[in-house]
Amino acid sequence: MDNFNHLIAGFGDVLTPLNLLIALTGVIVGTAVGVLPGIGPAMTVALLLPITYGLPPTTALILFAGIFYGGMYGGSTTSILLNTPGESSSVVTAIEGNKMAKAGRAAQALATAAIGSFIAGTIGTMLIVLVMPQIVKFAVTLGAPEYFAIILVAFVGVSAVLGASRVRGLASLLIGLSIGVVGIDFVTGQQRMTFGVPQLADGIDVVVVAVGLFAVGEGLWVAAHLRRKAGEVIPVGQPWMGRDDWKRSWKPWLRGTALGFPFGAIPAGGAEIPTFLSYMTERKLSKHPEEFGKGAIEGVAGPEAANNASAAGVLVPMLALGLPTNATAAIMLAALQGYGIEPGPLLLTNQPKLVWALIASLFIGNTLLLVLNLPLAPAWAKLLQVPRPYLYAGILFFAAMGAYAVNGSPFDLYLLLALGALGFVVRRFGLPVLPLIVGVILEPLAEKKGRQALQLSGGDISGLLGGPVAWVAYAIVVAVLVWPLVSKLRGASGDHDDHHDAGTKAEVAA
Amino acid sequence: MTVLVGYVPNSFGEAALSAAVAEAGRREESLVVVNMSRDDVLVDAHRAASEQLDRVRRDLAELGLAAEVRRVEEGSDAAEALLAVAAEVDASVLVIGLRHRTPVGKLLLGSNAQRILLEAGCPVLAVKPA
Repeated sequence: MDNFNHLIAGFGDVLTPLNLLIALTGVIVGTAVGVLPGIGPAMTVALLLPITYGLPPTTALILFAGIFYGGMYGGSTTSILLNTPGESSSVVTAIEGNKMAKAGRAAQALATAAIGSFIAGTIGTMLIVLVMPQIVKFAVTLGAPEYFAIILVAFVGVSAVLGASRVRGLASLLIGLSIGVVGIDFVTGQQRMTFGVPQLADGIDVVVVAVGLFAVGEGLWVAAHLRRKAGEVIPVGQPWMGRDDWKRSWKPWLRGTALGFPFGAIPAGGAEIPTFLSYMTERKLSKHPEEFGKGAIEGVAGPEAANNASAAGVLVPMLALGLPTNATAAIMLAALQGYGIEPGPLLLTNQPKLVWALIASLFIGNTLLLVLNLPLAPAWAKLLQVPRPYLYAGILFFAAMGAYAVNGSPFDLYLLLALGALGFVVRRFGLPVLPLIVGVILEPLAEKKGRQALQLSGGDISGLLGGPVAWVAYAIVVAVLVWPLVSKLRGASGDHDDHHDAGTKAEVAA
Repeated sequence: MTVLVGYVPNSFGEAALSAAVAEAGRREESLVVVNMSRDDVLVDAHRAASEQLDRVRRDLAELGLAAEVRRVEEGSDAAEALLAVAAEVDASVLVIGLRHRTPVGKLLLGSNAQRILLEAGCPVLAVKPA
């Protein structure tokens, strides 16, 4: 019951005119960037970071949370109307959603996506209230070795589980870790990887990295692929659902929520896996299997609920452990650090007002999103007619301004360009961006905990092993890393497992 | 010599098309219909769907007109695209639909119609939907 008292107090903090206005701004901006393919909540939060340093932390986090949730809503609009997912989490929605739109049922598809997102978001946020404090209770008992091991699990999870190729994921993580170690070693005071450049001694600011990777990198990538055929406008009516649509939607909403939340909370998360699983489940359980592939409403309702529930799930490790499981959460953590607030198990104890106000703002943002999205879907679709050069000119302007504003030094602008080029290269060679940004943001924490553990044991490597929690964590790391080798060996020893072998080979070749 | 018409899938485009059909009949010339689709936006409201262009083709064939219907998919400037086609087919008259634009709108986005009127090397027939 204690949690609910805190939550109600949180509502009290949020329900001020300024905070409500900020929440509204956040969800509007979030929906807009969600609608536009290639521009996501992670990029937007990164661009807004320098601007929000003038605001109180609570207000800034309310804005970011609004953008985060809004992006999940907006992505579905583009998926359904254009067959171009606005966000990676809406890829699955496009399968059935676009078919529905082509069959003249765009309104129903948008309605089930919006209402499903609302229900999943509300249940998911409720689950944060129930689960997060329990995880914090467990997390504060963890020592440095255990914490270090859990960070390693997060590293391996984001690099090896998501995406097509482990090698690329780990390469991306390594680039991120390398950027993270630039600067002065906090134990010995030596300079690391600064190449004699005095401006690098303070390390590379996370804002510059995030803006360079997400905004400049994406801008260059789009500039390289600027010209392509335009799509046709699909007429959208007022989103609404008939009695039959409700009957077919409510179960997929709940199942999608159940799948999405836990996947969001573990570092193998992201919304891609649960949305796909939800789609498969709905196809299997549907009473109308013949409609799948031709525009089945279940195939929109389930995945859309799953991606919003996973967005809620992502906030559990972020608030309880200081571990980001997606790019937006990573940048929100960077924002907290920018305010001098240490994310981690002690966050809830040290900053209870901040955390509970943030959670309360999620409920409010979610409701605002439903109100905004149901009647305004046709207006959001109009955003797609904005010429790309205008959009990206604006983004690059904000990116440059933000990077300069961090320290007021032109050096950061050169750094921004270099990191933008890196962002382009990373996209060109198909490296996932998430491990990179997680590497940059978590490297200092991982290093701190790892070295604490070693100092406690007097430099003995066994100090890293710690207690049972660490053993389990290491076992997971080893299992994830060794699994492809094992499955390959098994495939080589007998030909009975042809299918799996082919899969592994394809992965290596990729 | 041909009659050239800029076509967009709305009432302005239909008005221009009907005027162009009448003009082609009067001049006893062939007709070229051009639809411009910008390549720097995700969705272009002025892009005519393939079914719409097919319908235009069918209607013109039923009228017994020698007509060509094409879609320009490169570039982001409808005026420029239309003028290029006009030079290419040696148009005797260019038919466009005219819509009202506020002074502010003209300042921000420019006016394709104005540019066509000023820069075309042939007479321009500008029509408004009834």
